[in-house]
Amino acid sequence: MNPMTYFKKTAFYALVLVILVFSVFPFYYAILTSFKTGTALFEVSYFPSSFDFSNYVAVLGKGTFPRNLLNSVFIASTTVALALFLAVTAAYALARVDFRGRGLLLVSILAVSMFPQIAVLAGLFELVRFIGIYNTPWAMILSYTIFTLPFTVWVLTTFMRDLPTEIEEAAIVDGATPWVIITRVFLPLLWPALVTTGLLAFIGAWNEFLFALTFTSSETTRTVPVAIALLSGASSHETPWGALMAASVIVTVPLIVLVLIFQRKIVAGLTAGGVKG
Amino acid sequence: MTHPTTAVPVAAPKNGRETSLEQQRLRAAFWFLAPMLLMLFCVAAWPLMRSIWFSFTDTSLTDLHGGKWVGFDNYLSYRQLSSGRVIWRGTLVDPAWWNAVWNTVKFAVVSVSLETMFGLVVALVLNARFAGRGLVRAAILIPWAIPTIVSAKMWGWMLNDQFGIINDILLNLGLISEKIAWAANLDTAMAAVILVDVWKTTPFMALLCLAGLQMVPGDIYEAARIDGIHPVKVFFRVTLPLIRPALMVAVIFRMLDALRMFDLVYVLTPNSAATKTMSIISRENLIEFDKFAYGSAQSSLLFAIIAIFVALYIWLGKVDLGGEKSK
Repeated sequence: MNPMTYFKKTAFYALVLVILVFSVFPFYYAILTSFKTGTALFEVSYFPSSFDFSNYVAVLGKGTFPRNLLNSVFIASTTVALALFLAVTAAYALARVDFRGRGLLLVSILAVSMFPQIAVLAGLFELVRFIGIYNTPWAMILSYTIFTLPFTVWVLTTFMRDLPTEIEEAAIVDGATPWVIITRVFLPLLWPALVTTGLLAFIGAWNEFLFALTFTSSETTRTVPVAIALLSGASSHETPWGALMAASVIVTVPLIVLVLIFQRKIVAGLTAGGVKG
Repeated sequence: MTHPTTAVPVAAPKNGRETSLEQQRLRAAFWFLAPMLLMLFCVAAWPLMRSIWFSFTDTSLTDLHGGKWVGFDNYLSYRQLSSGRVIWRGTLVDPAWWNAVWNTVKFAVVSVSLETMFGLVVALVLNARFAGRGLVRAAILIPWAIPTIVSAKMWGWMLNDQFGIINDILLNLGLISEKIAWAANLDTAMAAVILVDVWKTTPFMALLCLAGLQMVPGDIYEAARIDGIHPVKVFFRVTLPLIRPALMVAVIFRMLDALRMFDLVYVLTPNSAATKTMSIISRENLIEFDKFAYGSAQSSLLFAIIAIFVALYIWLGKVDLGGEKSK
């Protein structure tokens, strides 16, 4: 190996190492901090020295954090179920039935996903107050469809458009109604796409902050991001960094596990629609 | 491509049967679309219209239905004093608003440029074959998977002035002489926000760029290599033009996200004039300062700015958002 290629190889792996460390280190450091208590918190260390679970016990044992976790799980799952149910049928119509204005409709749906959420905040606030769901999980479930629904419709439509037409034709010849075609013919084929979009919608709902901050007013109705953002210590000037990092690790680990398991599907989902073609 | 509806001459049936089949499909399509469209109308179109309407009234948070029409007063109005002096009022002459506009634009342009650059670099690395590629690809997904609020807190802790690890590293390396309050300091707050945003969203950019790169046929590189063309030249003359469509789409998605930035700034640098974005200042007025109508005017302006930006971008960049044209 000549010196030049040797140098190039080293530089390349150095770059890989930088990317790796830069990506992983902040989360590693959060885990490290979550195991520290007392004065150890305020001494910078790069490697774990002790494993003290008291931060986790404190976060999960008292206060409203367990309740906040339940809120988030309920809101995110219901949002996903609602979005997928509405999107599957809509995507069938958009992908498989020729009607006038279909292209325009698709573009409008995409446009909704580009809405700055603050632009609808005032109107949604009024709506949420009017229906009487302010400070309940339903305020979030309703408002989150603004970003989960367009996205799921869009991805499922592109996915359904690529399914072979022959199977649908066969079903039509057999006298199947559109509803039967969707539930019996397409749904089994759609599972991969449903998992991907469902997961991405779940992450979106799990992480959302602006609506959750605005539509809740008590500690017990908050979702996890709001709880973490507003978590304060014994006095208002003292941030409980250990507990904060423990809470952060608790809400992030399930997401990271999901993302790593479904890595390929997520990448496919993220790049679907936009980059395809 | 022939579409299913036209491609189904069910064993040449009578004419009437075919139209009824067609009608049945159209009717089904309508009922399939209706719930979704109704939902989108309720959570998007209607609230947007209401927000814009609020911006022309003097509605307050405590009395949402009692607002009276005030025209453009929330945007711009003037009053002539008896001395002859004219006083302008409204968002459009509010220095705090223009500061927020400037902050948002600065944030969006700098962070999206950096993300695109780094995203391309990471994508090029991941596109090469090397030991441990799967590991790196998994690792870069971690920042993306972490909720924004959590990453804001995590970085807030790392950037902490007294106990933060960033100051510790920089002090040990001799790059700074004293501890810096990154998030609190007016001069560094914006840099801190951009740093965290770049960290969090470069993976998204990298994945979209990678998807573009993987569609470039390998024999192009082969041919360039045989012709002895320098790799850098190949990148700028061949690779970049080929992945340009994918890149343009990725950039606009990121740009839209950056222009509506709220959560990261809210948590990492609360109440800092140096980082206050349009979304932050609108919400402040809407909910916290009881200037509901004024905040609505600001959020409507943000909507208008984003709409104009998207229109210009698609028009000037000839972006194929839906991948429709190439189908």
